[in-house]
Order: sequence, then C-alpha cells, then structure tokens
Amino acid sequence: MDGIEQKDTEEEAPSVIDRYYTRWYRADMKGKPCEDHCILQHSNRICVVTLAETHPILQSGRTIKSINYQISDGCSRLNNKVSGKSKRGGQFLTDFAPLCRITCTDETEYTIYSCIRGRLLEVNENILKTPTLLLERPSTEGYIAVILPKFEESKSITENLLSREEFESVVSKRNVAESQPS
Amino acid sequence: MLPLKEKDKPIVQKLLSAGCCARCILRFCCIRVQATYRRPQQDTLEELQTFIHSAENSQSHDAAAPETSGENNQSHDAAAPETSGENNKSHDAAAAAAVTEAPQEPPSKRAKLEPSGTNAASEGGDGNAAAAPRIAAGVKAEKYEFDSLVLSVSLPAQLCVREHSCWLHVKKEVREKGLVLDKDDIIPLKEAFKWIMQGLVSKELGGAVVVTKSALEVGVEFTHKETDADCHFLATVCPDCFKPAKNKQFESMVLVFPCRHFPCPPTQPSSCCSPQGVQCLHLSVFVAGRYNKFCRSLPQTPWLIDGERRMESSVEELIAAPVLSTFRAEGFNFSSSGREDVDVRTLGNGRPFAMELLNPHRSRLSRMEMKQLQQTINKSSDKIRVRDLQIVTRRPIQREDISFIGDIKELTLDQKTPLRVLHRRALAVRQRVVHSMNVHFLDPHHFHLRLKTQAGTYIKEFVHGDFGRTKPNLCELLRTDADILELDVESVDVDWPPAIPE
Repeated sequence: MDGIEQKDTEEEAPSVIDRYYTRWYRADMKGKPCEDHCILQHSNRICVVTLAETHPILQSGRTIKSINYQISDGCSRLNNKVSGKSKRGGQFLTDFAPLCRITCTDETEYTIYSCIRGRLLEVNENILKTPTLLLERPSTEGYIAVILPKFEESKSITENLLSREEFESVVSKRNVAESQPS
Repeated sequence: MLPLKEKDKPIVQKLLSAGCCARCILRFCCIRVQATYRRPQQDTLEELQTFIHSAENSQSHDAAAPETSGENNQSHDAAAPETSGENNKSHDAAAAAAVTEAPQEPPSKRAKLEPSGTNAASEGGDGNAAAAPRIAAGVKAEKYEFDSLVLSVSLPAQLCVREHSCWLHVKKEVREKGLVLDKDDIIPLKEAFKWIMQGLVSKELGGAVVVTKSALEVGVEFTHKETDADCHFLATVCPDCFKPAKNKQFESMVLVFPCRHFPCPPTQPSSCCSPQGVQCLHLSVFVAGRYNKFCRSLPQTPWLIDGERRMESSVEELIAAPVLSTFRAEGFNFSSSGREDVDVRTLGNGRPFAMELLNPHRSRLSRMEMKQLQQTINKSSDKIRVRDLQIVTRRPIQREDISFIGDIKELTLDQKTPLRVLHRRALAVRQRVVHSMNVHFLDPHHFHLRLKTQAGTYIKEFVHGDFGRTKPNLCELLRTDADILELDVESVDVDWPPAIPE
C-alpha cells in the first residue's frame, strides 16, 4: 500500500495551481508583441492575474525598477477596498483596465491589464516591497491582482482568452517566425 | 534635526569629549532613525555640538566659549577650553579622548573625532563612500546577474572589547536615560553600519536593492591592524575561555572583563578599518531533466580505477559542460534516479536526473532559454540526449533541514482569507497561532507534519502559502517550495458536548 502511494508522489506532483486553477492566456496584449498575461481561474470563479512566462519583463537579465499601482492621477489600485461577503466597494474592471505599470531598469515601461471583467478584490502589495517576487515567482507570490467576476459572467469572461494549448501553439509559432529571418 | 532628548545630553557630552565619532554617539543614544546615520558625519557632529551648547546657554553660561562650555561642566572630565583642555586632561581622560568609535565604525573609520572636532570629520565623513565602491566593484567584477543582494559584514573582533569599554564609560548616563535601557538597547554597530552602507552600495550598483534576504550574499570582512592587539589581554586574563573556539564564549567573556584591563573609554585610533576583499556567493540553482544514453561505451559518471581514468567522457560531463557555462556556475553535483552499467543503453523517455549548480552567476533562464540549452546539449553529442530540461526548486531535504520546525512554538500567522473561500467570506487578514508542530521525516521529498493550532487556522494555506497570502508559511520557513498532499484532522479539542460514557 505504502509502495503505491510512494510511486504516485514521485511523479511530478501537480502544484496548487494545477489542482485548483485553470490557466487562461491573453497573448500580445493590446497588440504589443509578447506582452502575454496569464489568468488563473479558481474553480470558485475567482481569478488571479499574473504575467505569463513569456512576458518581456521575465526575459533574461531584466530587472525591475518600479511597480506603480497608481494608474492615473485620480485612481490608484492601492486604494481599492472591499467589505463584507459581497465585496462591496471594489473597483469594477473591464478587459482593458490597467492594473499597474512596471518599469524595468532599462527604462522600458509595461502596463499590466485586467484581461477580464470583474470586481477588483486585492492587488499584491508584496511585490512593491520585493519586486524580485515578480521575476522569480511570477505565477504564485508574484501575482498582480485578484479579481472576482460576476457570477453570471464567470463562464463567459474566459471566452476571449486562450487555453493553455492554444497559447502554447501561439508561442511556438512565434518562435518559428522569430528564428526564420536570422 | 537629530531626535535627541534632554536626557541624551550627558551621554553626548561624555562621548564627544572622549573623541567618539558622531554616528556612534547616535548609537549610544539609541537613535533608531536610519536617515540620521546616512547624513554626512560632519553635519551630525556640528549638530551634536550645537545641541550641547544649547543646553549650556539655557543654563545661563555666556556663549563666548561655545566649544568648551560643555566639557567644562563635566566635573570628572578635563576642565580647560577645548584645544588645551583635551591635552591637559589627566592621563586617563586623555586616553579617553580618543575613543574606540573610529574603528568601531568602519564606514567612518577615519572619522575619529579629534579634540577640536572639526577637520577630522570632513576627512572621515567619506569613509563610507570609499568602502562602497570597493564592495560594488567586487560584486561587479564577478558579473552576476542579480537584482538584489544581502550584505554580510564581518567586523574586527576587538570591536567587542572597545564597544564594551565605551559602554562602561557611559553606562550610568545611558541607564538614566530610560528605565529599562541596557547595553542591548544600544544600536548594534553592525546594524548602523548596514543602514549607511546599503544605500551607498545600492547606488554604486545602479539600483540593485540591498535587502535582508536574497539569493546573492556579498560578504565583506573588515580588519583594523592598529587595534588588533586590543583583545589580546583576554588571553591572559581568562585563558581558559580560548580553548573551545566559539564566538559566543568570546563575547560573553568580553562582557565580564573589568575596566582595569583596558582603557575606558578606549584609545582613539588614527586609521580606518579596511575591507579585506569581497566574497560573493549565489545560492545554488537546481536543474532537472531526463537523459537517454545511446552508446555502449559511456559511463554515467567519470570512471576512475586507481586514480586512472577509463573512457574519455561520461553522461554527467556531456550534460554538465553546457549547463555550467550557461549558468556560469563554479561547480555542480550530479545525481540521478539510479544508474546503468557502462555498456547498457538507456532508451525510451530516459532516466531522470538533477544537478545542483554551485554559485551560479546567472540564475534566471526563461523556458525558451532552457530549451535552447537543451538543444545545445543535444547537438554537442550523439551519445546522449536530454529532454524536459528545467529549473527546479524542489530540492531534496534532509532530516536536519526540517528538524528545526519542531522547535517553533506559538507561531503567529497572518492569513488573508484564502482564495479558495474568498468567494463566500469577507476579505480580511486574520491572525492565527500555530501552538506547536512536529515533523517526521519520510524521504528526501516527503515528511509528516503534525500541528496543534488555534481554531480557524487554514492549514493548507499555511503549508503552500496561498500565493504568499499566508505569512509566514511552510515554504518560507523551509526556504523551499512545499505543498500538502494529504490532511487529516486528528482531534478537535472542544469540551462540548460532554462525552457520554459507553
């Protein structure tokens, strides 16, 4: 009995994300090449916005200079407050609502977007203190924000997004296109 | 303005007249405002002097002899105006005038305060600025790819003695300052030093953050020849203590040494501490994959018989060479799940292997780059092939790695409402206590954890961390990834309802 259990766990154990979340992707956000976002949707419809591994920020040698949740003069995602079970008061976001702007030390700036409609529950303040979380653990501790889609939209919000397989094929085509000219 | 209070005055006065450096005076006044340590030494010094004078003036002294009035008032110190005053002191006081503090604070090592207190600071104020580029240059020379580092500083041992001597000098005054102040409340020299250095080093390195926890550790050792002999008297005073080579013993020994063995306050040195080279060490990176072997004359690892090499290559070496050069690592440890004989091929999906890369100068590779690395390995030889090459964080654990968990008691967690229940519970940070834990090691990747916790603790989230939303979590404690495979509730310790005897 023990032997069998042993064997099960020796194979690559599924991670927390594998077990409870579905990965959805938005490739080339707003037409900007490779600015891919990854949305992790929990089976309870809650979504976690993260950078996809292919995002330019995560490519070799980039370092982060600053992360800014103040997306305009009048609006900072840091001011978002939700209260109660029904999460009253959270900012409501649409697909293209900016969540934050990230500046790398080479002065390139990237905007991270919501990608889905829903109520903003929280942003990740830990990455402000420790920006390396974003680089080293982009899909877990380095998440950008947590969004709660409307109950009735919890299925439809991912219709515009790519599944893991679709996204991988986009990326592999991209790599072919990249390597051809050279 | 320095956040000094009236009670600090005697301490400042006494240390100033002893020739203590301005920053160490702040330390002895227990000032925790980091910014005050980063200001130019000269400015702080002037402000300290003004601070003392303000006291004097308010006490109806005339302002004509500003530099000296402070000292004049100290009955047990020298009495004459500054320049001559310091010189005229009795032997004891003259020695005192030259405090420890200079070597105690490597950044401003030369910032020893000369009696008149003006020019010394200006030359010494740049002490930090001089050490920072040296540290930064040491890091740069290694060409690490990093965005944060942790600075670890090793200061000369004699500082222990000198600091204690200085403490004895102002003990009475410091204790009067607050009800419970003790030597432990003085800002540790190392801490103040880091406050000053971290920003400077960070600036030199173009913005890399200097933090308390990072994969890259930069070690700097400072020495101070001039005062090296300062702790030698301990060898004669208590020779027994030197038998076991333990630092702790040394420190506790220093705490009991009587003043008569060492000048109090300590003498003032004339030179700075100097950094003795910079050592950089990056935490290991672990790479895993599977390999095929298509050749009947290739050992898995270098094959040595009586120190003589058989076969010219090995699976390990064929894989390691490109990996080492890509990660710019200094060495590696190869391990695989089992091995095959030299004349046996490994086909199919291949055999899993893992490599620890020691002191890698590059540690972050994207999936694409790992794929390229895999291609490089596969192109370099037709005897082997590698697949699924990836960076892994799951490193094997040993019994000793987890045993400390059992010592943790009453650990308070900050748990944000777990994402898995956030759709039906309000968002909040809840504090819960893990009363005790004990661990039972199973194998290098598994262990049993038993916890006794406060009601309402989310156990799964404590283990995997829930995207860093439960802090601390087991991953953080173990400094590795951890996940939970199975969970049993063994007991719910509530007295209700009363048990019915069967």
